[in-house]
Amino acid sequence: MMIRAAVSKGRPSSVPKAGVSAGAGAVSIDAAGLETRELNDRLRELLLSGTKRVEISHVCGQRYIGTRLYTPERHQMEIDIRGTAGNDLAAFLSGHKITVHGNAQDGVGNTMDSGEVVVRGRAGDVLGFSMRGGEIYVRDGCGYRAALHMKDCEGKRPVLVVGGGAQDFLGEYMAGGVVIILDFDGESRDASFMGTGMHGGVIYLRGTARVDQVGAQVEISPADEADRELIEEYVSRYLERFPEVEMTKEEILASPFVRLTPRSKRPYSGLYAY
Amino acid sequence: MRSFVFPEFEIIRDEERCGSCRGCERQCAFGTHTYDPVADRLVSDDHKCAGCQRCVIFCPQKAIVVRPSPSFYRPNASWTREKIEDLKRQAETGGVLLTGCGSDKPFRIYWDHILLNASQVTNPSIDPLREPMELRTFLGRKPEMLEISREGEEVEIKTELYPNLTVETPILFSAMSFGAISYNAFKSLATAACRSGTYFNTGEGGLPREMRGEFGRCAIVQVASGRFGIDAEYLNVAQAVEIKVGQGAKPGIGGHLPGEKVSAAVAETRMIPQGTDAISPAPHHDIYSIEDLSTLIYALKEATNYEKPISVKIAAVHNFAAIASGIVRAGADIIAIDGLRGGTGAAPKAIRDNVGIPTELAISSLDRRLREEGIRNQCSIIAAGGFRSSSDVIKAIALGADAVYIGSAALIAMGCTLCQKCYTGNCNWGICTQNPRLSGRLNVEIASQRLSNLISAWSHEIREMLGGMGINALESLRGNRDHLRGVGLYEWELDVLGIKGAGE
Repeated sequence: MMIRAAVSKGRPSSVPKAGVSAGAGAVSIDAAGLETRELNDRLRELLLSGTKRVEISHVCGQRYIGTRLYTPERHQMEIDIRGTAGNDLAAFLSGHKITVHGNAQDGVGNTMDSGEVVVRGRAGDVLGFSMRGGEIYVRDGCGYRAALHMKDCEGKRPVLVVGGGAQDFLGEYMAGGVVIILDFDGESRDASFMGTGMHGGVIYLRGTARVDQVGAQVEISPADEADRELIEEYVSRYLERFPEVEMTKEEILASPFVRLTPRSKRPYSGLYAY
Repeated sequence: MRSFVFPEFEIIRDEERCGSCRGCERQCAFGTHTYDPVADRLVSDDHKCAGCQRCVIFCPQKAIVVRPSPSFYRPNASWTREKIEDLKRQAETGGVLLTGCGSDKPFRIYWDHILLNASQVTNPSIDPLREPMELRTFLGRKPEMLEISREGEEVEIKTELYPNLTVETPILFSAMSFGAISYNAFKSLATAACRSGTYFNTGEGGLPREMRGEFGRCAIVQVASGRFGIDAEYLNVAQAVEIKVGQGAKPGIGGHLPGEKVSAAVAETRMIPQGTDAISPAPHHDIYSIEDLSTLIYALKEATNYEKPISVKIAAVHNFAAIASGIVRAGADIIAIDGLRGGTGAAPKAIRDNVGIPTELAISSLDRRLREEGIRNQCSIIAAGGFRSSSDVIKAIALGADAVYIGSAALIAMGCTLCQKCYTGNCNWGICTQNPRLSGRLNVEIASQRLSNLISAWSHEIREMLGGMGINALESLRGNRDHLRGVGLYEWELDVLGIKGAGE
């Protein structure tokens, strides 16, 4: 007697393709009324069928866009999102370029490995959490706990550039990577607990930072020439992605920048009795 | 500062037998034994001895005995030697007391107060040497009901099943990371798991790239608060993904792998710079609620194309059953519950010995709670923390666990003697160290054979005990508390365990 079981392997490939249409060069998906899983099913199907560019319209909070796009063959895709991307956009992202024409909710780039995310708007809390590679550009500001526990390693250094300000706990537990906060709206002036527990990486903040705004483990110093070169490179890339930003590179760079770095990469070395 | 602490151990060397071969000097990474060339004899510094017994077992002349130091303070029921010496160490360093392995405190070990049933006359017992005995276990979410169609001889399950782990015996290797343990120890666990039809758990140290192809098929990979070593390939080569929220040895706190242990290979696998402290924060900073946990569970389901069960590991603490119910409703397919006696490579002693509840009580509470809420089918339970023998395992199954994780037991199989000095990185047995001179002592072929032998021996004993109860499939015993009786337990303990007293 044979017993066959239908084991769930993602979605069967017979999902109706309603809402998917091929435009000039890019395939379009209308996300109106689609559940998160349905939208991501379609994206994965398109990736596996060799599609290189996708435009998704009417996105309204669907989560995990980009997360299910890993293949052992490392297929790559460019995705344009119109609307508001839901939580965990680009979580665990492995390559790909995602542009959101609108705002993004919490958890953008959670534990992201590589690729690029561009948000033409604002991002929510825990932006770039534990990100270890790739780049994220946010045109406007972001919420609390951005760049938490960002880290880098041999050959991989994540970069997060935010045009507006960042709220409290920016770079908490940060272990690596580069964060540049341009703070156009001055929101970061009131932020506290920046870099608490920081033990690696660097945060550049346009303007100034007071000692009472940062964790005890953080050293505040003015950006030196090498720092400013790095900042200039990423400000240029930021402006390339957001031509609508009215400030010029020169205007942005005319401001002072401070550098936040950890005092030690071994913050707990003296804590224990052996 | 001069230390006022007694040596923990006393080393006795039989000078008649000692051939001054200096083997003990080479074996001890703590520098306990040194050779005095003038006197042509070995001298030992009791203060440095960890009591790991490596030199004793490897002395070719059997010339060494290491035993607890007989020195004592004036006997005092409150101020025991351990309390006095811990206090002195803190006065001398100003530091948090660190320790390794599971708690050694005399909390009641319920396994030793629970007895199994056996068949007599009616419902005859079964001989596992002659009759098939089913230990195979499926871990993951089960459907509410099964729809089956039948055409002639062919039966087909119509219901779409959820992804499950298939394990040939209900014993899995608990999470132990490369970094906490040596590469050879890690690879031995992986090798034995694949050979024995079970799984090893990577812990939060990543899975070395060169191991992914061969050992992914028997790996459970962990996503913990430090998010070390995670990329999409890591998640996809494994058979299940486990979100680590808590650990029995240190509920409520995170962990730090000290920079000394972050070697080039560990750094590469964890994807962090060499020599930095690898800090796992106490909470996941993207999880402050059950809803947030659900977000991560589904992020991992998305990242693995809904092909793998997602486990959530929590420490057994006072109100954990209600939390676990929330975790199941958040989408977890497996709950791993780690009790009071769960092991660790490093934990503050104050936490290890004072926080959490015993595994035995936790299994029963969790199983009962999920049954009462009608959601027991939605997840499997893997119990962890202090399993020492096959009889502990079978009692756990009868209390409601689907399978167990063994950590300390697996390390002991490889040579560990529970000396509790894991955090020093000087493990003379080559298990809990990144020093290549020490880790090279652990031969992967031999260590994995010892592990496979253990799994095989325990599995056979479980079959014997099952057969004795007249049961031929492990799943008939799951949560079947009628086969258990308690001895020497208070009424409330019997109630929490859900078992009767012996003779009742």
